This record gives sequence, C-alpha cells and structure tokens, in this order.
Amino acid sequence: MSTAVQPDIEFPKHWHRRHLLDLESLSSDEISTILDVAQQLKDLTQGCRHKISLLAGKTCANLFFENSTRTRNSFSLAAKRLGADTVEFSSVGSSVAKGETFVDTAKTIEAMGVEWVVTRHGTPGTPHLLSRELDCCVLNAGDGPHGHPTQGLLDMLTIKQHRGDIKGLTVALVGDIAHSRTARSNIWGLSKLGAHVIICGPPTLVSPRWVELGFEVAHHLDDILPRCDVLNLLRIQFERQRARPFPSVHEYAALYAMNGARMRKAKDDILIMAPGPINRGVEITPEVADGPHSVILEQVTNGIAVRMAALWLLSGANERARSNTTSSPAD
Amino acid sequence: MNETVKRDLLIENARLVDPSQDLDCSARLLVINGCVSKIDPTDQEIPATCERLDAKGKIVAPGLIDLGAELREPGNEEDETIESGSHAALAGGFTSVLCCSSTRPCIDSPGAVEFVRQKATKARGARVHVIGCLSKGREGEQMAELGLLSVAGAVAFSDAPKSMPNDALLKRALEYCRMFDLPIFDRPEVPELAEGGMMHDGQVSLLLGLKGLPTEAEDLAVARDVRLAEATEGRLHVGPVSTMGAVDMIRRVKSRGIDVTASVCPHNLCLSDVKLRSFDSKYKVHPPLRSEKHVETLRNALADGTIDAIQSGHMPRSREKKMDDLDLSPFGGSALETTLATTITYMIGEQLIDWKTAINRLSTAPARIAGVPGGTLKPGAPADIVIIDPDATWMVDATRFRSHCISSPLDGHSLQGRATHTIVGGEIRYRLTPDLGHIA
Repeated sequence: MSTAVQPDIEFPKHWHRRHLLDLESLSSDEISTILDVAQQLKDLTQGCRHKISLLAGKTCANLFFENSTRTRNSFSLAAKRLGADTVEFSSVGSSVAKGETFVDTAKTIEAMGVEWVVTRHGTPGTPHLLSRELDCCVLNAGDGPHGHPTQGLLDMLTIKQHRGDIKGLTVALVGDIAHSRTARSNIWGLSKLGAHVIICGPPTLVSPRWVELGFEVAHHLDDILPRCDVLNLLRIQFERQRARPFPSVHEYAALYAMNGARMRKAKDDILIMAPGPINRGVEITPEVADGPHSVILEQVTNGIAVRMAALWLLSGANERARSNTTSSPAD
Repeated sequence: MNETVKRDLLIENARLVDPSQDLDCSARLLVINGCVSKIDPTDQEIPATCERLDAKGKIVAPGLIDLGAELREPGNEEDETIESGSHAALAGGFTSVLCCSSTRPCIDSPGAVEFVRQKATKARGARVHVIGCLSKGREGEQMAELGLLSVAGAVAFSDAPKSMPNDALLKRALEYCRMFDLPIFDRPEVPELAEGGMMHDGQVSLLLGLKGLPTEAEDLAVARDVRLAEATEGRLHVGPVSTMGAVDMIRRVKSRGIDVTASVCPHNLCLSDVKLRSFDSKYKVHPPLRSEKHVETLRNALADGTIDAIQSGHMPRSREKKMDDLDLSPFGGSALETTLATTITYMIGEQLIDWKTAINRLSTAPARIAGVPGGTLKPGAPADIVIIDPDATWMVDATRFRSHCISSPLDGHSLQGRATHTIVGGEIRYRLTPDLGHIA
C-alpha cells in the first residue's frame, strides 16, 4: 500500500476558474496551464499510479445522468490519487427517477459538503446551468454532443508528449462529428493551441457550416490522409442518431475505417488516437488499434492526469474565492 | 359585462393614431355608451357627466388584437388561466385576444367554446375570442365540427401552435370553411423535419451540439399552405413565420394577388439564436430565435407589409417546467406584456416603421384577418382603446407580470413605450399606476 506524501508543486498564480465547462471559453494560456499541471502531477504520481495528498479531506461527487464507465472511473481515480474521497451518484435508482429535477439533485449532493460535482448529462448546457446554481466546482464530464473538456485536454496532452508542441500540426477528426462532444472539445482546444484541424466524415455527419466557421472540412479520408500528423477516430454514436446517416456500417468502414492499407499512405510518424470505446472493424481495424502508431491506451492514462490537474486547479481557485469573500479565516 | 360601470368618456390632448382612417393627428375622442362617438366633438356634443381623461403626450389608438395566445385553461392552470392571461393582455395594451385551441381538453366542441367565453366574460380582462380546433382532438386526422364550433362563437380554426401535418385535411377544411367565411390559421412546420429540435438549426446549434430546427421545416410547410390556399380560394393565415424562405414565398404569392396573410412574433424581430449560448431556457421559444439574417428579413417584411401582423406568440409555461434542462424545458414564454414595447423599441425606435404602421400590424390588420370587432376608432365602433406612453422606459421584470408565466426572452431588457390605459367597450379596465414601479 502506498503512503500519501506531501507533493512538491506550486499553484499557478493566474488560475482563477472554479468550473471547467468547455474548452471554448478557455484561453490558450489556460489550456497550457492545465496541460503543464497535468504533466507535473503525472510525474509526481509516477505515471498516475501512486497517491499524493494534495486534496486530502475533500470529496468529489460523480453525478452521472448518462452511462459511463471509463470517464467516471477516471475521475474517481484522479480524485483518489490526490487523496480526495469520492461519492458516486447515477440517475438509475435515484431521486431523478422519482421526479426530482437534476438541479435539485445536484443541490442535494452539494449540501452534503462536496468540493466538486463532476457531471455528465445528455443535454448540452447542463453543467453551465449547474455552475450558476451551485457554489462548489462543476466539471463537465460530457454534456450531450456539446463538450467533453477533459477528453479534449487528454488528447492534447497525449499529442504534446509525442510531439512537444501542438502548434503547426495537422490533426484530423474523423467520423461522427455531429454527435460528438469529443470533436467539439478537440476543435476548440486544438485550434486555440495553433493546430490545423480537419473535420472529416460523410456530409450527413459533417455540416458544411464548419467551413463558414473557418475549419477545413473533408468528406474523403484518403484525400487528406497523407497530410495528417494526428488522426482522432471518433466512434459512430448509433445511440444518439435518430436516423442512420449512412447506408451501412459496411460502407462506412470501407470509406473511413483506419486499416493497414490506409496506414501505408499515412506519414511515418502519424499518431492514431481514439476516445473510446472503440468499435473494432468500424472506425479502426485491430491491426491499427494495436499497432505501433496507436496511442489509445496512453490517452487513458493521460485522462487521469488531466482530471487530477482540473480537480486541483478548480479547488484552488474556489478556496481563493472563498477566502476573498469571507473575512473570517476560520471558515 | 356589467353595463352600469360604463361611463361616457372624453380623451383629451391625445395624439390619435388610427390606421383604419389613415389618422395620425391631435384630437379629442368621445366615447358614449361603450362605443366611439366622435373624433373632435364640439363642446356642445360632450355630455356634462362625461369622465375626462387627459392623454397629453400619449398616443391613443385602437386596442391591440392578438391573433393567437395560449391561455392554458382548462387543463394547464399552472401555466396560465383565462383570468390571468386576459389581464396580462390588458396590461400589454391588448383589448382582444384570440385564444389557441391547445387546452386540455382541447377546444373541439361547442361546449368547450362556451366554457372559454363564459370564463372570459367573468374575468373582465381583454375580450377573448376562441380559435376552435381544426382537427378533432388536434390529432390531424378528422375535421373538427367546424360549423358547430362557429355557431358556438369560434372565430377561426387552428391546431396551432401545432402544425397541421395532414395536407388532405387542410385542403378539405379550407374548402369547407368558405361557407362560414372563417379563416384557418396554420403554424407552418413539417414535424418530421423539426423532430427533436431545440433551437434554430445553424452555426450556433452546431457549436452547442443542440439539435436544430431547420428553416426548411417551416419553408416546406409555408409552400404547402400557400399552394392549398391558392387552389381552394380558402381564407388562410400562416403564422407565426420566422424564416427568410417563408417571407419569400408569401411575398411571391401576394404579388400574384392571392389573399394569404401572415404574422410574426415580436421575439423574432429583435433576438437571434446567439442568445442560446447561455443555455438559458427562457430563450427556448416558439418559433425559435433564428439567426441575424432571418431577423433582418422579418423586420423588413413586417415594414413593407409582406407580413401583415404581429402576434404575441404568448405560450405561458410554469416556472417549474422552464427550470428544467434545455431538452426537457418546453418551448414558450410570456409575451403579452412585452409585445407592444418590443414593437415600439425595435421597430419604431429603429425607424423601420411609423406609428400608424405599428398600430396597423398590432390592431387593424389582426381585426381584419380574424374578422373580429375592433382595430378602428371609427364612430360606432366598440370603444376598444389603448393609451400608450411612447416615452416610458422600463426594465422588463418578468416576476412582475400579470401572467402566471415569468419566463420571457426579453426579461431584463430595457424597453420603451408602455400601455397606460386599456379600455374595453368604453370601460377603463387597466391603468398603469406609478406605485407598480414599472416606470423607470
């Protein structure tokens, strides 16, 4: 059993945010700060494996209204690695089933004295709504197809570890952009850090409006593949689609799956990423998923690192806000 | 109505605006026995017992008429009642409201029409005219008993705010209604294209990951509506409309001499979909807030007469319903008490229309479209009058609405212009009092 040690890390002076709601509202400096802190915490915990006592005595509530295993566990582990306690809450068998609104549920959890509410919900904007109603820190662990900021951050941390700098890289997001919160978080994060983002998929999943917003859109993966430094392969989210946006999975795989033949057309040092869960044979074949260019499992480890960073930064800002608003230091 | 409270009334020092007589002038207005008696009467013509109302600096106009507000009673009294809604209407300067058929049970029987009419008479708010259901149970399958509904007093037929999805039924109803000379209102939207949408389908919905309501859902329905109106020569009103495509089609059929009318909601004349970036459910309204270019087109179409009328789009929903997340929160909001000021602030204030045009769009045109009394200050007409302080600047505070619904996309906005008196049948039923603190 590991013993918690007092870590050697300095809180960034310019960090003031109490909530992590999306990457669109963060500056490039703020994104870089989170990534730097994540790297430091990853090193301090020896690759997110050991425990340090940075956040001992605090409690993190996971408030998930949609199914999740990896993100939920990743947040729990991140909190525990920093010495915090966790409390789990899911919509199944909860008061939500009894007619309580999610805001009331969140307020109830907050009243139990938690430092953070980590929330996942099927409707965009729910974390933003909570952040206006709660005094504790709110972390968005996915709000419908809108945002998944820690996923965007872990993707960027993974790229940084391999390439040093994100600026100037060409990164293609491939697949179900329409229903993907990972895509939206990547689009904002990567473009703020100076990457060239290509959004690739069939027109039923990639709106031409992305072009109006200044992004490159491609419908044929083979056309853009030779230019890409990074491919982020997004899962087809059948559960969010009302009508199937392409004729068959078979056809989709033929047009967009990253396979051995396509790997031969790619750059020698291309990074293959996927937010998971991956559908082998749909967006990625086993030889690519398990191949030397795949960093999919590193992404998972980095997920804990960026979540540790987010928990620590938000809590620090919250403490600072509390000490500024209350005159009594005993509070 | 209690006849004894009706006193004769002389409104003095007024700026009279009446588009039905092409009037915009200083004049006195004499009301006798609940009707307009004379503009600029001689001193001899004024009864000695007459109440005098000094309207210096104010505008006196025919009372506003709303082509479609939900009053929610019976069935959803937590959202609004006939009493609260008809009094909210008065506070907004409306002397008449056409109430939507979307109650529970819906207004598809003569008894239901009678219920609303009796409740409204008792409430002594604005006059309430009843829109009967177009289809039985608002299910879009069988025509409702339109003839019996009209005998009971329905003035128009519609399943709004729901669209009529059945083309054949709409065509038959347009034909059938010709014998009653009553209009059919359609809120144009193809349900299959709009399914699951929470906001305007555009750049903002793309960025927010919110399912969009595409403009073509409205455009296609308008195309069908105007084509069927042309084919049947029935009386059709489409509205509220919210897209450039709708405006374009209405303009084209009107230029061919086809008698179709259209209306727009005030929120679509001043707010765009960018507001949804806050994820605040008060901006989840119907029709949805569109992008800037649609707003611009609608403003111009209202000014040039392609769009005939402004309708409040009042869709009250209780606080607990609007507190939910954006998906579960229903479309709607309170609009009766902001429609006039929104028009003054964003249309007159920005010099797109003059007062005469504004009153036409809010009163004279709606009266003509619905075939209801009002919309004019001609001698003999019922004295349904609004007195407006054009200079009053006030902050919208939805918690002070008379409407039960305190969700409004204009909450917190500073608006100009306000009804100070609303007169129904010669009776002053609403007075803005300074102690309400509404006037800044």
